[in-house]
Amino acid sequence: MRPELLIGMVAAAALAMVPVLAPWTAVMLTIALAVGLTVLGIVVLLRAGQISFGHGLYYAAGAYTVAFLVNARLSLDALILIPVGGLVATLIAVACGFFVVRYRDIFFAMINLSMSMVAFSLLEKLYHITGGGDGMNVARPTLAGVRFGRIAFEAWMFHLTLATTALAAFLVSRYLASPLGKALEAVKNNETRLEYLGVSSNRVLHIAYAISAALAGVSGAIIAIVNGHVSPEFAYWVRSGEFVFISILGGAGNVLGAFAGSVVFEVIRNYAAAFAADYWQTILGLSLIAIILFAPDGLSQLRFRRKKRAPP
Amino acid sequence: MFIQTVLLAALDGLSYGAQVFLVAVGLSLIFGVLRIVNVAHGSLYAIGAYVTATFGLFIAAAGWSPWLTFPAMALSACLVGIIVGGALEVSLLRRIYGQEQVLQLLLTFAVFMILEDLQKAVWGVTPFFVNTPLSLLGTANILGINYSIYQLVVVPLVAVIVLVSLRYILRHTRIGRIVTAVADDRETSAAMGVDATRVYLLTFMTGASLAAFGGALASGATSLVPGMGAGMIILSFAVAATAGLGRIEGAAVAALMIGLGRSIAVYIAPEFDAVVPYLIMFVVLLFKPKGLFSVPQTRKV
Repeated sequence: MRPELLIGMVAAAALAMVPVLAPWTAVMLTIALAVGLTVLGIVVLLRAGQISFGHGLYYAAGAYTVAFLVNARLSLDALILIPVGGLVATLIAVACGFFVVRYRDIFFAMINLSMSMVAFSLLEKLYHITGGGDGMNVARPTLAGVRFGRIAFEAWMFHLTLATTALAAFLVSRYLASPLGKALEAVKNNETRLEYLGVSSNRVLHIAYAISAALAGVSGAIIAIVNGHVSPEFAYWVRSGEFVFISILGGAGNVLGAFAGSVVFEVIRNYAAAFAADYWQTILGLSLIAIILFAPDGLSQLRFRRKKRAPP
Repeated sequence: MFIQTVLLAALDGLSYGAQVFLVAVGLSLIFGVLRIVNVAHGSLYAIGAYVTATFGLFIAAAGWSPWLTFPAMALSACLVGIIVGGALEVSLLRRIYGQEQVLQLLLTFAVFMILEDLQKAVWGVTPFFVNTPLSLLGTANILGINYSIYQLVVVPLVAVIVLVSLRYILRHTRIGRIVTAVADDRETSAAMGVDATRVYLLTFMTGASLAAFGGALASGATSLVPGMGAGMIILSFAVAATAGLGRIEGAAVAALMIGLGRSIAVYIAPEFDAVVPYLIMFVVLLFKPKGLFSVPQTRKV
């Protein structure tokens, strides 16, 4: 834990300087860090050996909560909007969780996927409420009571996001090191044994699910504010797939990897889009295949059931 | 008027369900034997549709008999299944059998992303529509409704033929027993002299061809747009999960349920048509967590 903490602090300090040195990267980095929060949520679930192909649901929940609140003209501050976005996502996850945590593996992935697709369809179809496929604009809110100009707002949102991700990374690594977090690995490795110890594996998973949704909700809320726009695409399954992809890219199962992965992803996406506008998905796909096939060491954190152990 | 609406919804549902069935049964077959949920399955469906449409345009341009469109459908489905499916299995899937499901899902997801771009590169982003099959067969009048014979007869008939022949092949032929044995226990079958590698390859090609065939049939009735594969993969997932993964007859029932549910929603509450399949899946899984036709502890194809 110590070296990770050190690397994390160095990385955060280095990142904090970036907008000063290269202001044009501020928005891109803010988005990358915010997406990293959702990926962190995926990483939490990966500890239990489960993947969600539907975390776009919670991401969209956070984003649309912010959009609705801003459009309701309540003049709420960004410092209030972001936690509320996370809270709404958490509440949805707690409710859905009662159902979802009964499933494992493919079914877990697909139940999540289908729920996010329901959300996607509703967001798209109920256009008189959600703005339909065009989505909704999100006017720039105040930040800590101050109404900033665009450049200053972007810089401050970056620092706010950096602080949020640093806090989240710290809390999640504490959580994963706690008995409750360790129990997640037991869900992956031997659920029966966990149950024999008197621990409900469904409950362990339920808590992890709520935490991962909270992270996704905060992430969506930040993106809504930074982008100034939300759309149903946020809940689309391909978006959810990207989150899983990033978690693998960053060396899955690792707290810092989540952010490293999402920065790399955002950079690839931006530059691949600039060089080969129509083929950036291909570039991502090829890099994903390369990682899976040729860099299994990069995936060393993924220790699932199927892994064969050498006989003692 | 009410009866006609219900009838129209039922016919739409039947035709749509039949298309979804073809894709979902391919997915189920591949999962049943290879234990892989193939996310790229939807792309195979879309490519099948595009290849068929291209053949259709070619036939029209060459001035051949438009009836050739029908064999062209089967031909393109097989070509896509064998060439694209075969290439996929040999180059990629073969390397990840038995590995973590996350990696398998992600690998096929990566393939999906690449195929999606490839599709746009080859066929562009403008919608494609080749309605030769629809116009050739004309319409039939049922209780005062004009309905295209293509959608009324051809599409469901193909689905039934596929269902019956798959059932027959798997249950009553030597090939079927070999496939079932490999699905059950690859290592033991291999030890008994079965070429499991080939069985996997052939199964994947067959499953891929079925997806492409679903697309080929769709190309005769709807316009082809980018993104159609993404929508279909999710829907066939929903069907396969509702049925119980790997269950072939189940896929037929679930596809019909979901097809009917969706088309009824189209007429009653059009805003929710896209939600209905997932609601059906949700409700089914609520009561039967492994799907409608799941059998505890056994693996069946």
